[in-house]
Amino acid sequence: MRLEEKRLGLDRPFVVRSFLFLRNALTLRLGFAERMVSDAGSRQVRLIILERLPTTLLLFGTADLLLFFLSVFVALVLSRQYGSFWDRVFVALSPTSAAPGWFYGIFLILIFASWLRILPFGDLVDVPPPESRVLYALSVLKHMILPTMAIILSAIFISVYSWRTFFLIYSSEDYVELARAKGLSGRTIERRYILRPTLPTIITSFALMVISLWTGAPIFETVFNWPGLGRTLFQAIGLFDIPVIVGSTVIFAYLLAITVFLLDILYALVDPRVRIGGGHKQ
Amino acid sequence: MELLRDTLRELRYYPSAVAGLIIISLLTIFSIYTVIAIPYEEAITLWRGGENIWYRLPRTVPPAWTNFFRAKKLPESVILDSRQGQAQRSEKAMSDGKQITMNFEFDFQYDAFPDDLSLYFYPTYENKAPFVSVTWFMPDGRELRITDVAVKRGGAFRFGQDEKLARRIKRKIGDYPANVALFLDPASVENGGEPTPLKGIYRLEVVATTFEPEANVESELIVYGQVYGIAGTDHLRRDLKVALMWGAPVALAFGLLAAVGTTVTTMIIAAVGVWFGGLVDETIQRVTEVNLMLPLLPILIMIGTFYSRSIWVILGATIVLSIFGASIKTYRAIFLQVRESPYIEAAQAYGASDVRIIFRYLIPRILPVLIPNLVTLIPSFVFLEASLAVLGLGDPILPTWGKLIQDSLANGALYKGLYYWVLEPSALLMVTGLGFAMLGFTLDRIFNPRLREV
Repeated sequence: MRLEEKRLGLDRPFVVRSFLFLRNALTLRLGFAERMVSDAGSRQVRLIILERLPTTLLLFGTADLLLFFLSVFVALVLSRQYGSFWDRVFVALSPTSAAPGWFYGIFLILIFASWLRILPFGDLVDVPPPESRVLYALSVLKHMILPTMAIILSAIFISVYSWRTFFLIYSSEDYVELARAKGLSGRTIERRYILRPTLPTIITSFALMVISLWTGAPIFETVFNWPGLGRTLFQAIGLFDIPVIVGSTVIFAYLLAITVFLLDILYALVDPRVRIGGGHKQ
Repeated sequence: MELLRDTLRELRYYPSAVAGLIIISLLTIFSIYTVIAIPYEEAITLWRGGENIWYRLPRTVPPAWTNFFRAKKLPESVILDSRQGQAQRSEKAMSDGKQITMNFEFDFQYDAFPDDLSLYFYPTYENKAPFVSVTWFMPDGRELRITDVAVKRGGAFRFGQDEKLARRIKRKIGDYPANVALFLDPASVENGGEPTPLKGIYRLEVVATTFEPEANVESELIVYGQVYGIAGTDHLRRDLKVALMWGAPVALAFGLLAAVGTTVTTMIIAAVGVWFGGLVDETIQRVTEVNLMLPLLPILIMIGTFYSRSIWVILGATIVLSIFGASIKTYRAIFLQVRESPYIEAAQAYGASDVRIIFRYLIPRILPVLIPNLVTLIPSFVFLEASLAVLGLGDPILPTWGKLIQDSLANGALYKGLYYWVLEPSALLMVTGLGFAMLGFTLDRIFNPRLREV
């Protein structure tokens, strides 16, 4: 008994154990699962999680990128046509973003999978999975349509609304008027005089959105039966598999940290003011 | 107070705010009505009651008003209880007991067959159980012997599960389940067509013979329909109305408490940090940055699995985790500006205490930002509660909208096409979320004129 206690390090004080756990978590030594097994048959929490991580990254990465570029594009177009029909539609629909992605997911599944029966209910690929790589990729793509649509639907209206407002505020600045007076083309003005100064703000708000999307992953993947990290967490809850629950939460925290870190770098790229030492070189 | 009055006056000019306010007030009235009509304890017993309470209701059927949109009308439930005088009852004295005849008559004018039929018996006797024979009379004059049986206390006869009846039906009517055979129009299947029900007055005769002077028999006929009530039922025959109604006060309470709790505490902490500056401010800043990294939902999931799934514990955890949120930075930025204004200096000069400055001079200045923020936060907490419920971590005893969605998804409502089960709670969630979001967005525009210009 004593030996076992010593082996597991339970004889040491709580603070020391916390730091030991921190070290283990940092090196991804997350222990062994109690009930869950990875697809390859391993009981290591690390392997179970690493196996599911790529699908999550694939889905959320695609959806977030699409969301970002689509939103910026639509917001720019709408800021040009302030007060038009579509502008009003987006403004009116912006409160619908209060609902999270899975909520729209249910509606989309209901319409496209259950009612029209043109898209799958969920899952990663067809059963059985296609043999050739091309068909496999196409099948995954088909299964990604609905979840991606759900993510975009849940966030696009609010981001378009708030970004278009930013664009409008910035396009009434004096230097934009000056640029217009100089006879620069609309496209150049948009790119150099409106988009450039608003990008840091936009990226911040986008970062917050990405974080909230990440946080919603467990339920989102459960609704779409998407075999990613979120659903692993959900399954672990069902099986009461404590090491997997703790491990997934730790990984989620890492993902958030990495997202914010990447966005900080991006921030420095688009906003020269925050670059350290940037002022001295000039 | 003046702020409130001015705001209300201005809100009239925004249609979306008016719509939002109407939705919110309707929801509030609805919630109050629910709490009075179905008290907390009653709601819980009803929702967790099981078959004893809900045996009269059909399983997973859509609400009755869907018939309005159907060409083929689905049958509603028929419940006739002889104890409530819904049967023609006559008694005839016999040597040791009596003969009781109960006639259950109902008009059937639908285009589909009922789900099932059940006959419940409520006999009172000392030793010898009464004997009952049951006969079915169809509108065209045909009749069918259903069963002859001695009835014990709590006895029930389920038409669909009786083998003798099934054999008799096969011999006399054809190879159909009881619920179809008893209502079948023979003309419809003569040429191999689709079976359709015969419309008209049906009658079930229950003749009970008792063998003791004091003995008695009452019975209840239930013809389970394919639609029910204004909300339909779930897989445990429960009326969805109860959960839909109770979802409203729960959602409002959770959303409001969480939003108010978070914003007010966040505001105070931001003000304290800015006012005292130095180490206090630094600590608050760092805690916020760390807390922003923590994924809220997975942590709530951990609390739900390891500690308690009670909605109030989750509510508390949500508030604590959201206090050090992104809004602390926004508030801090505003407080930093306010702190430099001359009137704060004046207050300090005449000796106002720190607490007085924070609560009377700093905090009132932030209300224009705070109020829209608070209102827009409410729907996100309402949906958070629903999300947790859909993950199976909802409050174990209270019925909520999220739990309805979870029940429906877990029982394959989407695969089986039971759309009403998913759509009803989702629609209510959506309406609630939209109501608060629309009001919040408009308030934001009113309080932050920079947004209004464009």
